[in-house]
Amino acid sequence: MDEIAPEYDVVVLGTGLTECILSGVLSVKGKKVLHIDRNAHYGGEAASVNLETLFKKYGNYSEGEEPWKKYGRLNDWNIDLVPKFLMSSGELTNILVSTDVTRYLEFKQVAGSYVQQGSGPKATVAKVPSDAGEALKSPLMGIFEKRRMKSFIEWVGTFDPKDSSTHKGLDINNCTMKDVFDKFGLENSTKDFIGHAMALYQTDEFITAKGKAPEAIERIRLYGNSVARYGKSPYIYPLYGLGELPQGFARLSAIYGGTYMLNTDVDEIKYDGDKAVGIKATMTGMDEMKFETKAGMIIADPSYFPGQAKVVGHVLRAICILKHPLAGTNDSDSAQLIIPQSQVGRKNDIYIACVSAAHNVCPKDYWIAIVSTIAETTSNHHLELQPGLERLGKIEEQFMGAPIPIYEPTESGSKSNIFLSKSYDATSHFETTTDDVKDIYRRATGEELKVEGLREGINVEQ
Amino acid sequence: MSESAPKPSSSVKLVLLGEAAVGKSSLVLRFVNNDFQENKEPTIGAAFLTQKCNLPSRTIKFEIWDTAGQERFASLAPMYYRNAQAALVVYDLTKPTSLVKAKHWVAELQRQASPGIVIALVGNKLDLTSDSKTADSDEEGADGEDDSGDARKVSTEEAKAYAEEESLLFFETSAKTGHNVSEVFTAIANAIPETSLKSARGAGASNTAAGRASEEQRVNLGNARESGSKDNCAC
Repeated sequence: MDEIAPEYDVVVLGTGLTECILSGVLSVKGKKVLHIDRNAHYGGEAASVNLETLFKKYGNYSEGEEPWKKYGRLNDWNIDLVPKFLMSSGELTNILVSTDVTRYLEFKQVAGSYVQQGSGPKATVAKVPSDAGEALKSPLMGIFEKRRMKSFIEWVGTFDPKDSSTHKGLDINNCTMKDVFDKFGLENSTKDFIGHAMALYQTDEFITAKGKAPEAIERIRLYGNSVARYGKSPYIYPLYGLGELPQGFARLSAIYGGTYMLNTDVDEIKYDGDKAVGIKATMTGMDEMKFETKAGMIIADPSYFPGQAKVVGHVLRAICILKHPLAGTNDSDSAQLIIPQSQVGRKNDIYIACVSAAHNVCPKDYWIAIVSTIAETTSNHHLELQPGLERLGKIEEQFMGAPIPIYEPTESGSKSNIFLSKSYDATSHFETTTDDVKDIYRRATGEELKVEGLREGINVEQ
Repeated sequence: MSESAPKPSSSVKLVLLGEAAVGKSSLVLRFVNNDFQENKEPTIGAAFLTQKCNLPSRTIKFEIWDTAGQERFASLAPMYYRNAQAALVVYDLTKPTSLVKAKHWVAELQRQASPGIVIALVGNKLDLTSDSKTADSDEEGADGEDDSGDARKVSTEEAKAYAEEESLLFFETSAKTGHNVSEVFTAIANAIPETSLKSARGAGASNTAAGRASEEQRVNLGNARESGSKDNCAC
């Protein structure tokens, strides 16, 4: 009785967040979706796993040992493989709300957003000031700089890209962000934390790129709006880990008729000329089942079509288990700490994302801190993460594998009918993920994805 | 229906499990809307249904989660079991393989769900068996084509013995006539320990480690959106 239909509008391969959001949205829009994953779990590369799975994935224990057994109940651990936070006013939040996927999830604030100034033993860790009041109290700036920062932040609040009277006499669409900073007389160290810890740029390219100022200002504004929403930090995080997000969107898809198959290998893609028109696959797990179905289009993560993706960089990542909060974060149950590249002589920032039992991702009295950056060298990668690891104090367990390649599709999909997503990048939030969702939606359907009111006017049986 | 002091009210997440077409959704529809649809299509579009159950000392609000078909290819997400305080495992009295499947789901719940979960094993489609005549002589239903025959293939004794072995609540129901349906939910509501009802919903209920102290950091995205749209910028 459990049969695969002879044809689906969309076949989706891989259950990462990008793919699951697309399945959910396309199902809501009435498309018949078949969603497959070769793994036994949801989330693909961006799943949340327990400690045993993590040890086995990284293989850092001896045969016959079971080191995970000393860390309490296995089911209490939900460790993210890709660390990210949601901006509380960001696009993923908007999509969660407009699709009602919020009904399946619970979110908590991340307690604080911090930035490092200086390096080594002299480094200062301080909260990122998000409004004029906090700017005046921040230890990151001297007394005069605080006032300049205050007037800059106030100006960002009134800035309107269409109203030149708010542009401080700058040719805003052609000047650089450096011109804007200089207008306020801001020092380099201030530019640094504004650009990296508020606008969340990972390199310094934004400072000198012409025409980038409106985008940078928009990013600073998103940060401020996100902080204003709940107060403590701009970030929120789902209880039980990020792996809940793809599951939530998969449920949305299923509720609108999407069919889900884990443990399923794609054996062959059927082509008509250059165009993919179907798949042959085998489901294992329970009883083996081979099947073939036609596909109106295929959406996939790059691991399903390595020949149609290119490597654009490598992420370095160390997942660390701690028994204490991050130093300098006021004993927070969770925090983001950004170490801007210039502070430690790098080109790319180092991020630390820290969550704890307060988010139901580990047992009481543990913290999970994930340090990441983009690789700049071809060897000794642990040295690149060192400034981040130094912030952690005593580390109970550390999981660091080979550099993780970041893939991007080499073609739009218009010829092959195969629409590939990008790998999860090194940014600390999901804004680039939702950009990718919108890009794939546009490429695949020829329409813009309108997030507002996604489920409005659609009849839901209640 | 006037009551003096409002009784304490708690939300309980209840998940539905069972083979396709055993009547999971029909049972819920009967419980929630007191309604029955012949030849109901497989479930589409329902996120979850809610229904209150009034007990003498408290009110339980069931949040009833449907599998949305994700169980068909063994692809239910862990999220489905997460914080479920009750489960309804349904089989079809006229189909022995559906009891085998139900036992599989019970084992899965014991493996994946919170340790204190209340599980009810429910044999549905009692209206297709001969017992329905004696049990529900005054009820509607049972006037179709060949109701005279007894289609029962799973004996009450067999299922009951299994339920006792696994400490499950056990009922035989008919979603079509409504027989025993509200009794199942009332029994579940009564079986849920008072202690697990402390926090209204979700994570806090089962994970005391997270503690109530951090409760104030919970955020409600739905509300946030409305209030958030008012302020343009924090700056």
